[in-house]
Amino acid sequence: MSGIAGQGRTGNGIVHIAVLVIVILWVMPTFGLLVSSLRDKDLLAVSGWWTALTTTERNEVGRANPPADQVEEAPVYVISGNLFEADGGAEVTRFGISIQDPEAFDAGTTADLKDGGTVTINPDGSYRLTSPEPFEGSRGQRLFYTAAFPPEFTLQNYEEVLSSEGIGQSFINSLTVAVPATIIPILIAAFAAYALAWMKFPGRALLLSVVVGLLVVPLQMSLIPLLKLYNDVGEIFGVPAKTYVGIWLAHTGFGMPLAIYLLRNYIRGLPGEIMESARIDGASDFDIFMRIVLPLSMPALAAFAIFQFLWVWNDLLVAMVFLSNSSDQLVLTGRLRELLGSRGGNWEILTASAFVSILVPVAVFFSLQRFLVRGLLAGSVKG
Amino acid sequence: MQQLLGALVAIVLGVGACALYYFAANTILDLIFPFRDASPRAVRNQKISSVIRPWLFLGPALLVLGVYLVYPVFDSIRLSFYDRSGEEFVGLSNYVWAFGDTSFRSSIFNNLLWLIVVPALSTGFGLLIAYLTDRIWWGNIAKSLIFMPMAISFIGASVIWKFIYDYRSEGSTQIGLLNAIVEGLGFAPEAWITIPFWNNFFLMIILVWIQTGFAMVILSAALRGVPDETIEAAIIDGARGWQLFFYIMIPQIWGTIAVVWTTITILVLKVFDIVLAMTNGQWDTQVLANLMFDWMFRGGGDFGRGATIAVVIMIAVIPIMIWNIRRMNAEER
Repeated sequence: MSGIAGQGRTGNGIVHIAVLVIVILWVMPTFGLLVSSLRDKDLLAVSGWWTALTTTERNEVGRANPPADQVEEAPVYVISGNLFEADGGAEVTRFGISIQDPEAFDAGTTADLKDGGTVTINPDGSYRLTSPEPFEGSRGQRLFYTAAFPPEFTLQNYEEVLSSEGIGQSFINSLTVAVPATIIPILIAAFAAYALAWMKFPGRALLLSVVVGLLVVPLQMSLIPLLKLYNDVGEIFGVPAKTYVGIWLAHTGFGMPLAIYLLRNYIRGLPGEIMESARIDGASDFDIFMRIVLPLSMPALAAFAIFQFLWVWNDLLVAMVFLSNSSDQLVLTGRLRELLGSRGGNWEILTASAFVSILVPVAVFFSLQRFLVRGLLAGSVKG
Repeated sequence: MQQLLGALVAIVLGVGACALYYFAANTILDLIFPFRDASPRAVRNQKISSVIRPWLFLGPALLVLGVYLVYPVFDSIRLSFYDRSGEEFVGLSNYVWAFGDTSFRSSIFNNLLWLIVVPALSTGFGLLIAYLTDRIWWGNIAKSLIFMPMAISFIGASVIWKFIYDYRSEGSTQIGLLNAIVEGLGFAPEAWITIPFWNNFFLMIILVWIQTGFAMVILSAALRGVPDETIEAAIIDGARGWQLFFYIMIPQIWGTIAVVWTTITILVLKVFDIVLAMTNGQWDTQVLANLMFDWMFRGGGDFGRGATIAVVIMIAVIPIMIWNIRRMNAEER
């Protein structure tokens, strides 16, 4: 309807602003997760992620090196060092020597200590303590300072979750589940879809109704009987009840109605004349399917594959029922759930783990969006 | 790595076995009932094989559907009349228990809330965004970004939103976005997901955030399918802007709106991950799907009660199921 009454694709200012606001609202949550996962964990715990995007001023407490490090520069004893471990571009603006007045002095000036000593803290964080008497005790002097920190990001959280929190192993487990569970159903569904679309046999309409009906059967109905079945099979044959083979088959079953429905709609829409002329040339249904229908159905196969992959990768329920909690079977969603329980307050771990888990589906989503949309439309608004 | 290799082998074996089955079954059928020669039996053979062949094509799919969906439906119904181990018949006592149980009743109540709010908001926002984005040149980019949460798992989305709802006691720096905004506006921070009744809505927002993109994509296609003539006619009659939208376009896409609404409804009934991750049913947020999961494993598992809750979810789905089947049959004619 472009071009009608001047409402083409130019819109007016209000529309632009409205959409912009909505987009920001929708993207903000994920963006916050990404920013947080890249922040230093100590900062993450004490300040909002939005502060990480700009230079921020914070009050910090540091400790000078212990008296053991002092050197004698007659006539005084000196302890020197730098408040910042790495050169991150932070800049000290004010400093103080007591908690009551942490911003007493400008950076670069010298403050007097009680016993005749002095403290100097420079903007770059380097400090110098002097004292006429040798420093005593085992701990260094406390230094209060206010500094401007530029935005700073690190991959440390990712290193941690990938190795010590088991996210790396779970990533491999998720792949192990998702790839076969995506590919195995396709051929099975395609043959059935062809039969339902173009072959004549009694009961076809009924069967189609059954498939459409099964499309909405809640997964919950299947869980308990299958759990029992798997346990029985495991006992009878002396194999473990929770295996990758088991979950591949389960996902194959649960994805089958959608696969058949999507592919059948698509295959039904292929031109019948091609198949008819092939049949006249002596091709059997098997030949027609393999040589004509299957190659022509690639867009629909791709659409289903994306659906199934996203669904299997993001699934928690099926994995919790059909796989065990051991680290060689715990998938990303399951691991994330476990971390939510055990590391509930450690947002650096949760955010980085969550981002690892959404990375693959989001990448699949953005690269193959066209197929996904086409599949959605075929599945929902046909006819 | 070894595991991935195993997965690859499984793909090859699985797909190979399927391919082999279809190929072998067809070849054998052709060998038993040859119809390509000119023998007098060819015609009869072709008839026989055309009766058998569909079932060869359908066989594996029917087997999988039967084992993983059809049989479990009947077995779940059966189990709902049995005790916790599934061995002793107990009649209706699981159902009697359910309707007297406070957490079951509160689950029903919460589920009803979810069923009203989530489809309504997702469809409403989806429609609005579809309408607006069709009007601007960067609409596709906007749509893509709003659609994106659909790729995120419910559990991942829960982490994202739990972070937004994060609560620190008053006086300390809020690191959750919502409480930071609330404090910025001069109000006291709240532990949002622990406030009974209202916390349900904070959980629902997560699903709305995920599903709006789905509604938007489908409704956008439907809006574009509205014939230009109807809109032109309305403009000539003096309709403008929102009038066009509400009186001309929406009535023409009612069918699609219903499809979107019911699809989200089904999803809402099945959703358990969000509740499990956010509250695990605490603070009066329990829903049927999570309650069912809970009973499935609680204290070694109560299969009878778990199955009963599953059957209740199933009953809620049946009207939509019938409507879907009717719609499909109508299209076939």
